[in-house]
Amino acid sequence: MAEFFTNTNLGIFLVILAKTLLLILPIVASTAFLMYGERKIWAAVQLRRGPNVVGAFGILQSFADFIKYIVKEVVFPAGADRVVFLLAPMISVVMAVIVWAVIPFGDGWAIADINVAILYVFAVSSLEVYGVIMGGWASNSKYPFLGSLRSAAQMISYEVSIGLIIIGIIISTGSLNFGDIVNAQKGNYGLLNWYWLPHLPMLFLFYISALAETNRPPFDLPEAESELVAGYQVEYSSTPFMLFFLGELLAMVLMTALVTLLFFGGWLSPIPGISDGLLWMVGKMFLVYFTFSMVKAITPRYRYDQLMRLGWKVFLPLSLAWVVIVSFLAKFEAFGGVYARWAIGG
Amino acid sequence: MTIAALAFYLFAITTIAGGLFTVISRNPVHSVLWLILAFLSSAGLFVLLGAEFVAMLLIIVYVGAVAVLFLFVVMMLDVDFAELKAEMAKYMPLALLIGVILLMQLGMAFGAWTEADQAQALRGAVTPTETHNTAALGALIYDRYFLIFQLAGLILLVAMIGAIVLTLRHRQDVKRQDIFEQLYRDPAKAMELKDVKPGQGL
Repeated sequence: MAEFFTNTNLGIFLVILAKTLLLILPIVASTAFLMYGERKIWAAVQLRRGPNVVGAFGILQSFADFIKYIVKEVVFPAGADRVVFLLAPMISVVMAVIVWAVIPFGDGWAIADINVAILYVFAVSSLEVYGVIMGGWASNSKYPFLGSLRSAAQMISYEVSIGLIIIGIIISTGSLNFGDIVNAQKGNYGLLNWYWLPHLPMLFLFYISALAETNRPPFDLPEAESELVAGYQVEYSSTPFMLFFLGELLAMVLMTALVTLLFFGGWLSPIPGISDGLLWMVGKMFLVYFTFSMVKAITPRYRYDQLMRLGWKVFLPLSLAWVVIVSFLAKFEAFGGVYARWAIGG
Repeated sequence: MTIAALAFYLFAITTIAGGLFTVISRNPVHSVLWLILAFLSSAGLFVLLGAEFVAMLLIIVYVGAVAVLFLFVVMMLDVDFAELKAEMAKYMPLALLIGVILLMQLGMAFGAWTEADQAQALRGAVTPTETHNTAALGALIYDRYFLIFQLAGLILLVAMIGAIVLTLRHRQDVKRQDIFEQLYRDPAKAMELKDVKPGQGL
């Protein structure tokens, strides 16, 4: 039986399919509750009740929304490019899902534990911009088109600084594999060994860039419901709109996973002596998600020119300078080699 | 047939189909989208060859950056492509001539092609498994070919500076924002808080 699963095409395919379902189903299902939780958090901050009608404490609200989205009519704008119009939200959600193939939830617990995992994540998240551009263009309307240009420019700008910040981590680790990156943060001092301490300035930059990259407040200019009325998705309705929405939410959950893996030691336990494991990873992701929600609840929106200035004139030089600094610190193994984990072995 | 072979045929077919439709599709935006499909499929082919680093760079650089710029430019063009195509017939003989000359040059280059003595042995040698190709490429580029790599970067930098110098012009007649002036505004001078009684207004 074991031979069937390791040697035949069908067997290998079935194993991968089972792994994929085991990962994707909980993630997609959790988005329903994450959305609910997020709305409850905003409500609590703003002294409102939040969703409280469907189910006990409104816990089924997301499912009610889901049914509402899929039973509504899909409206095509006149003169829209129908194929591209439908392709855009699909790309958005597919790209947000396939990234999870390389995200490990434990030591070696990834569907594909590949050597260039972090480059893969970076590559796929750079493709997410196509959903935005295609959606805006295919709507055949000036408003979504301008909105898509605005959002695409924003996503590309902050990708640059995210890439440079990741390079700093890679230099410290000496590997592009997530397993190696997390294991390099292992040590005798628990959470003091993690990368958030040596890479502290970059943690803030990465966190803010992650917010901007996933179009979250205070950088939600692609949406900007109060003044710009949702740029690129203006013409979308029903299921395609839900797919955009889902893609955005999954991209944000991915960012919580990235912050956890790169800076907070992934599945490592914060206190030495307690066993590592999946629960630490998920718990840290929830914590980061909570802070993302809080940021949305308490910050006002940025102006677009300020956003661009921050990305290109502040974050880009700072993260580039940090790459140079880390290179020197790693080369000369400064501070007992905390910036060169590959050199001190651990 | 193994899964790798299946994947190869899938990527190969989509690469060729993407390339074909890039050329023949009527809408330029569709052309760029097909081109992106071709890029993605060739990245898949690189993965199958074991060159995962090159594959990821192909996606990040070409699809994530270059093709986005293509798409921006093409989307904002307002060109009647049917008219352009009609005009194309006029230049067809010249284009054909250039094509034939290029083909002849390629033929001459390949006609004089000889293999080095060690080439076959190198190709037959076992691929080292202990070094990942990211590390191997890094060792080559930043160690052996360091100077050439830096020179290539310098050429790109010069090209970039050239483009900026050619297009930069300082316009005096536009309003500019001084961001620091905005940031360091004193709230006490800019606004006034008033205590409004309910139902009365100011």
